[in-house]
Formats: sequence, C-alpha cells, structure tokens
Amino acid sequence: MKELMLGNKALARGLYEAGCSVVSSYPGTPSTEVTEEAAKYDEIYCEWAPNEKVAMEVAFGASLAGKRSFCGMKHVGLNVAADPLFTCSYTGVNAGMVICVADDAGMHSSQNEQDSRHHAIAAKVPMLEPADSAEALEFAKKAYELSEQFDTPVIIKMCTRIAHSQSVVETGSRVVPETVPYEKNIAKYVMMPGNAIRRHPIVEERTRKLTEYAESCEFNRVEMGGTKLGIITSSTSYQYAKEVFGESASILKLGMVNPLPVKLILDFAAKVEKLVVVEELDPIIENHCRQLGLTVSGKDVLPVCGEFFPNMIAEKLGGPVPEYNTLDEALPGRPPVMCAGCPHRGLFYTLSKNKCTVLGDIGCYTLGAVAPLSAMEMTLCMGASVSAIHGFNKALGKESEGKTVAVIGDSTFMHSGMTGLANIAYNQSNSTVIILDNSITGMTGHQQNPTTGYNIKGDPAGKIDLESLCRAMGFNRVVVVDPYDLAACDKAVKEELAAEEPSVIISRRPCALLKYVKHNPPLHVDSDKCVGCKSCMRLGCPAISVKNKKAVIDSTQCVGCGVCEQLCKFGAL
Amino acid sequence: MTKNIMIVGVGGQGSLLASKLLGHLLLTEGYDVKVSEVHGMSQRGGSVVTYVRFGEKVYSPVIDKGQADFIVSFEKLEAARYMEYLKKGGRIVVNTQEIDPMPVITGAAAYPENLIEKMEAAGAAVDAMDCLTLAEAAGSAKAVNIVLMGRLSRYFDIPAEKWQQAIRECVPPKFVELNLKAFELGRGE
Repeated sequence: MKELMLGNKALARGLYEAGCSVVSSYPGTPSTEVTEEAAKYDEIYCEWAPNEKVAMEVAFGASLAGKRSFCGMKHVGLNVAADPLFTCSYTGVNAGMVICVADDAGMHSSQNEQDSRHHAIAAKVPMLEPADSAEALEFAKKAYELSEQFDTPVIIKMCTRIAHSQSVVETGSRVVPETVPYEKNIAKYVMMPGNAIRRHPIVEERTRKLTEYAESCEFNRVEMGGTKLGIITSSTSYQYAKEVFGESASILKLGMVNPLPVKLILDFAAKVEKLVVVEELDPIIENHCRQLGLTVSGKDVLPVCGEFFPNMIAEKLGGPVPEYNTLDEALPGRPPVMCAGCPHRGLFYTLSKNKCTVLGDIGCYTLGAVAPLSAMEMTLCMGASVSAIHGFNKALGKESEGKTVAVIGDSTFMHSGMTGLANIAYNQSNSTVIILDNSITGMTGHQQNPTTGYNIKGDPAGKIDLESLCRAMGFNRVVVVDPYDLAACDKAVKEELAAEEPSVIISRRPCALLKYVKHNPPLHVDSDKCVGCKSCMRLGCPAISVKNKKAVIDSTQCVGCGVCEQLCKFGAL
Repeated sequence: MTKNIMIVGVGGQGSLLASKLLGHLLLTEGYDVKVSEVHGMSQRGGSVVTYVRFGEKVYSPVIDKGQADFIVSFEKLEAARYMEYLKKGGRIVVNTQEIDPMPVITGAAAYPENLIEKMEAAGAAVDAMDCLTLAEAAGSAKAVNIVLMGRLSRYFDIPAEKWQQAIRECVPPKFVELNLKAFELGRGE
C-alpha cells in the first residue's frame, strides 16, 4: 500500500522489515522519531539509553549475540559514540548492525552543523545517504545485508530535510533472519594490541572491497540528461538539483557516500562538459574528485555554511530563479521562547536577579540565554556545564565561586553530567550545580530518561534518585526547590553560593506541556490596580504583554503558574 | 505542474494537523506528495513553516521564494514574514489573529499595523478572515487549523465531500463533528 511517511518513520519501517530485534538510542533532533516509531513495533526491543555511547555499545552487544541491531542519534551524538564506533569498525559484527546519524545543516535545533561523513571516513565504515522516505526504508533494509556481507557496522546518514519530510513509500512485510550463533572469538572481538594489529589490515582490505562495490552498487546511479552540465550529488541536494535542472543536466546520484567510487565518477565526468559537485557542508565528494585529477566546481560557488535551497542552486549554477514581491516593512522576529508555565522560568529569573554567572547546557533551558532573562553565558555540549564550572572556579577561586552556577537538565545530567559531578566531588571545587529536573527530556519532544521512572513505551521502569546519587558522590549539600516558588529559589541560590563546599540544587517541577500536569485557571490583570510598572514583564512569559500601559494576560496561553503574581507589588494579578 | 502550499504560524498552533490533512487528501487524489515539517527548538513558540508540494512527480521537499501557490497563515505577522515565498499571482489565506512575539512583548519592537493592506499593496492577493472566532463557534479555539483548511478548499477543484472524508480519516473520532463544523464555517458556503 502507498502511504505518506516521515523519513524517520520510513527508516524505522525499514528496521522492522529487516527483522531488526534490538534498538537502543538517545533522542536528538532530527533523529528522535526513528526510535520512537521503532518502539511502536512490539517485535522490536527498544530503549532510550542514557547517552549515545551506551546506545551504540548496547547495539554492538546485541549484534555480537547474533541479532540485527540499531542505534540512532544526531550528528553531535556520534561524537559521544565515536569511541565504540572506531573500534567496532575493527571487530566487525556478528549479526548486522546499523547506526543512524542525522545531520542538521542550517542548525534548526543544534549547537553546530558538523558533517558526519568525516566520522564514516575516519572510522572506515560504509555510509549510506537516502534522498527521500522510500530510500530511507529501502536503505535501512539493504544496510543490514551490507553489514553482514562486509562484516562491518553501517551508518545511514539522514539530514533534517529528509528526516522530517514525508514522501510516498510502499511497505513490505517483516522477515526475521535466523539468529547468527554467537561463538567465542577472542582474536576478532578482544581489541588489545596483539589482536587489533591483525584487524587493522582487514579493515583496509574491507575498504578496498567496498570501493569496488561502490562502482556498481544499486545505491549509486547515473541519470543522463543534457551533457553541458554534470552534477554529482546526494541526499536533499539531489532533490534540489532535479527540481532546478530536471532533464537539462546529467546527474550522478550517490546513495553510498563512503567509500566513494572512482571509475563511476571518472566515467561520468568524461560524459559531461562541466562537472559540479552539489553537497551541503564540507567538500568531501569535491575533494575526492580533485584527488582523481578532475576539474570540478563546488565550494567555489556554493556555500560551506548552512543548508541549501533550490533557488540558491539555481542562482549559483545558472538555473531559472523565480521573481517575487517583497514587503517593504521591518518585521519583528519571532524567536523560540520558554513556554508559558515553563518551570525553568522561575529559576532563571532568580539567577538573573542575583546576577549569577550561569554556565549552561543543552536543552529547552538553553532558552534561558534569550532576552529578557539573558541568564546564561555558556553552552557547549552535553554535560559541559558541570565540567566547565569546575575549571572556571579552579581558575578564579573565590572570585567566581560565590556567584557562578552550572545549570543542566535531568536528561542531560544522566547523559554526561554525572562524570563532571564526580570530578567536582573528587577534585573539590566549591561549585554550585543546579539540576533543572522537569522529569522528562523536553526539547526533543518528551522522551523518558533514567530519572523519570518510565521506559520508552511509558511502562514503569527503574528510577534513579537524583538526591541519593549526588549524596553518594560525596555532596553534603543537596537541596530541592520548587521553581514556581521564587522566594524558595532565591533562598536556595543565595545559601548554596555562600556555602564553603560544593553543592547541588535540584529545581524540580514537571514540564508544563506534559499531559498529566494539571494547570490552574489563567490569571487576570486587575487594570485598576495595575500601574504599568512592567515588573511581570521581566519574566519573558509569552502570555504577558502590555497594551495601553497595562499588563494583559493571554488566557489561551496562561496556565496559572502564579510566578508573575509573586512579582506584582500592587496585587494586580 | 507541481503545486506548492506553505503553512506558516507560531509553534504550537496546530499546523501539523493541517499538513497531515492536506497530504492525506492529495495522496488520495492520486498525486505524488511531499510534506516537510519542522521539529525541535522552533516549536517552542517560534515561527514555524510547513511545506506541502504535490504534482505528477515532486523532487524538493521545501518551497523557495517565489514558488508558493498558496500561503496559509495561522497568524497575520507570519503571513507577512513569508510573503516573499508567494508566487506572482499566488494567494495568501490568513487568520487575522495577532500573537505578539517576544520582541513586541518586551517592548523592543511594535506589532506592525495594517499588514493586510500592506501585503495587498505589495502585490499579493490576500484572503483574510477571523478564524479564531469561527473556530470558537465550531466548539474549540484549537480548530483554527481546520477553519483555514475550509477556506483554502474554496480554491481547489476537489469536491467538499473529499475534504470532509479526509477530516474523518485524519482526526480522532470524538473530534470529527467539531472539525467538520470548523471546515464548513471556514469554507463559508
């Protein structure tokens, strides 16, 4: 049956049809839905792991045991999982193992736009790159065959536009291969120097064979059209090139982007007058062409930064660009904001009021950096807040200890914050760490994590107690506050910053968007009492605005959290 | 010939149901279809855009400037923000609701006045209506998305019954009546 399917959902369907049995992932936009959709199939064991490294090692363990396995992550997640990736390239697999990495050119929801193809090249692992949902489904299935044929993990690279666009797919049925018997094989699976030395040449030989395979594999295809222009491309860039040039140009579409073919490219280049590589981010295919001695255009006209769009390709490569009308008006932007009733708001207001130096982390609460709160001064990667505050305080000592805090969400803390906290406990900096516990992984759309007490299917699961964990690490000062209570937040922040030892503040209240959270009736402004002082506006709540010099509350957005009420000196709320 | 519809609004306004409905309907009508959504950070009250493309064969999942046959906007300022994406001769179908973005809330900027007139003066055909009031009349403020779909349906050759059937197939059973009412009010026949 033909149906419209999200790229990520189609990839999950491919896992299902290929008989994948074990899935372990960490959520990250734009990869999250692959695992969420896979979890809807009862035949597949699915879980959220605490981080991507754990997820990949779980998938490796399942492959070793003889079942087809999968792990999914966003581009920066693959950095976390790089350690197992580089060495399971050496060990190879038992049953097929597939990894999905979703890149985010344009940084719709990411802290950088690194090109994951570098990881595939560096780890010497084949990488497939689908260009629509039908290919995502098909490539997922074929990736398992490739993995087993060449004894290697296989990476499928998605990007935001393929992951989050729906296109037509035809589904098939699930075929579960026989479990591959697990056999003890120390020389293959114990990567100590004596064994790894023998595995490395096997990896090099595998790459040679894969390059040969790439010359004629079904993932790569030539679509001959006009021969004045020849385009080598992949993924969403292929779709834009077809959109702009149709049959007027010839296209070599690469579905396998590592290793790259040689003869296929040379033959294609010989058939066209001008050769252009259209690839987002880094010039990887282009550099490969140059190494082959070809005269090729690419990043000399197309940008390295950001994602591509059809008009950009048309403009740079001489295709038709449509005209359009413009509005001569400066429009105010609409940046994302913390939701009305967001439990992070009260805590960030407190940090802003106390003029704290805030080292931040990855999650919804990164929006604490946005005006008017502007209460975050650093965000690097998952867990960095907790490690960096230790370095910051070691560098400045008393100068910074009394006013600097790290803020990190519950899921991010489980992902990479615990090791940083262990360092504070061990090497003893007088640091104050605030865990923003909203009882869910928020930004990626509400995934469970080890502190929530529920698993990926919403069933009861193990629950890590944050207070006990911090105390067990050696923290004597662990306090819990309700971020809707501004006085309690202020007291806790002041006391823990003043303390002469490291401390943890847990700011705990579930995300206001969770279905089980009961909201209070919306607040109203008593316009007779409101003097228009705008104290309530300092919260940056999207439900509050000022009309005719009086505060107004949007009753469709307000969830009655009451934080603004605590700021009003005139009892107008 | 590929047709392009952009659905724009503010994160959380329900544009995903609108694109789901369109995708379902157009696939049933026998077209190749692509629908592109935005997930993640932009959903937190930011400006959001969904692309729906259909025709004999669709390549690009996104719509670029000067290509949209229709811009369906859940909010007035967002219609203006994406006006450059409208094809010459295209049409904007807009809910006249105003939702203040953070720079307006903080007083750093003012909500622009007379946007409908300004868009028309700049050459766009604009069909503006108060969808929020109609949605509330249908039974829920959240039905703005289907009111807009009702309005959009006036410009398509696809019979109303097909749209209504798609609504039945895309929304949970207990909300079907409400959404059919919203569709009817939006279509305004």
